Amino acid sequence: MSKCLDAILLSALLATPVLADPLGLGRDALPEEIAAWDVDVMPDGTGLPEGSGDVMTGEEVFLEKCAACHGDFAEGLGNWPPLAGGEDTLDRKDPVKTVGSYWPHLSTVWDYVNRSMPFGQAQLLTPDETYAITAYILYSNYLVEEDFVLSRENFSEIAMPNAEGFIIDDRSDAEYPLFTVEACMQDCKESVEITMHASVIDVTPGEAADEEEASPASNEEEPAVDPELVAAGEKQFNKCKACHMVGEDAQNRVGPVLNGIIGRAAGAVDDYTYSSAMAEAEIIWDDEELRAFLGDPKGFLPGNKMSFPGLKASEDIDAIIAYLRAHP
Amino acid sequence: MSKSVPTSRRGILRAGLAAGALLPAASLSARAQGGPDPLITEVQDWASYTGEGVDETPYGLPIHFEADVIRRNVPWLTADPISSINFTPIHALDGTITPAGCAFERHHSGAIELAKPDYRLMINGLVDRPLVFTYADLERFPRHSGVYFCECAANSGMEWAGAQLNGSQYTHGMIHNMEYVGVSLKTLLDEAGIQPEGKWLYVEGADASSNGRSIPLEKALDDCMIAFKANGEALRKEHGYPVRLIVPGWEGNLWVKWLRRIEVTSGPVESREETSKYTDTLDNGISRKWTWVMDAKSVVTAPSPQSPIQHGKGPLVITGLAWSGRGVITRVDVSTDGGKNWQTARLAAPGQRMAMTRFWLEHDWNGEEMLLQSRAIDETGYVQPTKEALRDIRGENSVYHNNGIQTWWVREDGSAENVEVS
Repeated sequence: MSKCLDAILLSALLATPVLADPLGLGRDALPEEIAAWDVDVMPDGTGLPEGSGDVMTGEEVFLEKCAACHGDFAEGLGNWPPLAGGEDTLDRKDPVKTVGSYWPHLSTVWDYVNRSMPFGQAQLLTPDETYAITAYILYSNYLVEEDFVLSRENFSEIAMPNAEGFIIDDRSDAEYPLFTVEACMQDCKESVEITMHASVIDVTPGEAADEEEASPASNEEEPAVDPELVAAGEKQFNKCKACHMVGEDAQNRVGPVLNGIIGRAAGAVDDYTYSSAMAEAEIIWDDEELRAFLGDPKGFLPGNKMSFPGLKASEDIDAIIAYLRAHP
Repeated sequence: MSKSVPTSRRGILRAGLAAGALLPAASLSARAQGGPDPLITEVQDWASYTGEGVDETPYGLPIHFEADVIRRNVPWLTADPISSINFTPIHALDGTITPAGCAFERHHSGAIELAKPDYRLMINGLVDRPLVFTYADLERFPRHSGVYFCECAANSGMEWAGAQLNGSQYTHGMIHNMEYVGVSLKTLLDEAGIQPEGKWLYVEGADASSNGRSIPLEKALDDCMIAFKANGEALRKEHGYPVRLIVPGWEGNLWVKWLRRIEVTSGPVESREETSKYTDTLDNGISRKWTWVMDAKSVVTAPSPQSPIQHGKGPLVITGLAWSGRGVITRVDVSTDGGKNWQTARLAAPGQRMAMTRFWLEHDWNGEEMLLQSRAIDETGYVQPTKEALRDIRGENSVYHNNGIQTWWVREDGSAENVEVS
């Protein structure tokens, strides 16, 4: 009896207060305030503003604002996501999930581009630019022709290829009955063998084999260009291409353009936003500094933006430096 | 005061002798280890000279000896640390509360600085009164509190195709567990008045990603809250200062940080984070959506690859964490032989709804190899499955909701590795 009473008292003490009436806190939201923030777009297109954009304009805007991460053809760069391609891969190992292959609603693309993109300059696109980028992404996925113009009026006519590819969470039917059975305690298996080791792929940060010591440059003179080494360096440079361009017409991408890097001061490329660590570093990129940097970019200069983990083999580093030297 | 000293000294001596009778001789024999311990027989600096005065670190940091107990990221996992995740050092913690300073972070456009005076929360959509609140307004509502785990849906996601990362920090560290104080979402929604057609909420953050998710109204009214304090202190910047959403038991992506807007809608917005991300692709290419609930899960945090056995044979505490998004953890079993035989572990305290539970198993280690596993059971009777059982249903194409049983291979030298077993 007293226990029961305690429980009632306790629950009364712990209960959330029941509010009969509003407290009158806060103030009315003004229509223009709601308009400024309430910009989400529903799958049926509700919330779309007036405006339109065509594929060709979209390509221009995309190249300027999106391609540094997503590639010129929305194919993705490095670890940045591809937006096109990936058809018929969802039932295979490592499915490629793009707007074309995976996204069920076009509204999601418009909404996400409008509110969250471009990365680092979000919520600054005009409605027309967003329509144009969306049109270009559709074109990149072969979903519209190059003369296509996307607008609020024809928005809901676009069918996404994987629209029917989703079911609502069915774990309660598909899994819970199987996993809600008495747990075995004794002799639950006949034998136990290790089938897989994490150490085999060795990807745990801080666990990798120590970086090879970079051999110090022994020759103070300008080394002669070795064509074979430059060719090897060009191959190695594939690892850098996701972020860096070198050669004719090279431009800044996720990383700065690398023409003339040998002998240049760190943080010196115009129009590239360096990390403050790199901008403030007093480094001249000679062989020795580059060698150390390429071997361990983060360790060499903590706080710099380069996400590349580094080259392990010193011959690969030699090759890259030779390749960069060939692009003064 | 001085009188009590001899008494307590004798007391300690007696206690020491009594305990000594139970211990193996080797660990008692100081003489066998080379004589008296100078740390005891010689006066140490800390016993003579003074330490730091108050206010040396006005807010305080862990002592530098614990400098390795930090969040860590996996650089190859994402393209840029601004849109990335790091991992709680769960291997080095005990109890259940995660210190805010090492609780994992996940940002989509970086952790922003939003001062309390600049903070606004809007409730709009299918409501009687669209409202704007300041931070000060929020503090005037009746308070609500709760201890809840926040787990990224991708926690353990890298392990879908097999053992990949060494250490519970990396395999299971996309989780934290804090005591939140704030206002229940129901209180705020009552203030605005929900119209009958209102069935969902769209919740959105103030950062550059304006990360938003749709939540069914039923959940919002049940137990969601907006929090401004965690573990007694203001939210950390990286956890959404000054206000974040708390969605108990559901995947972390719904716990919108820097919460700026709650829109009552008739249907889901199907925004990027709930369509192209945080949906689970099955073997046949069909994907599950709205997989909000985090199922029961556990992991042994020590011994583990980052927390090897360093004391040799004898008494060993096997410990770990368990949690379920469907309620209370009622039992945790531990196996030292890869799941052949199980023992029920001791829960540090009765499980709390949608909060982490600590388990301990006192074990006499004979120095043999172990294949350590833990298995959580929640109040619905759900038993944490093996990874194979999950793969049989879902395949390996998913990234999210991997709550399979983890195996650590503890070698004879006490070191451990992430493995999978038959």
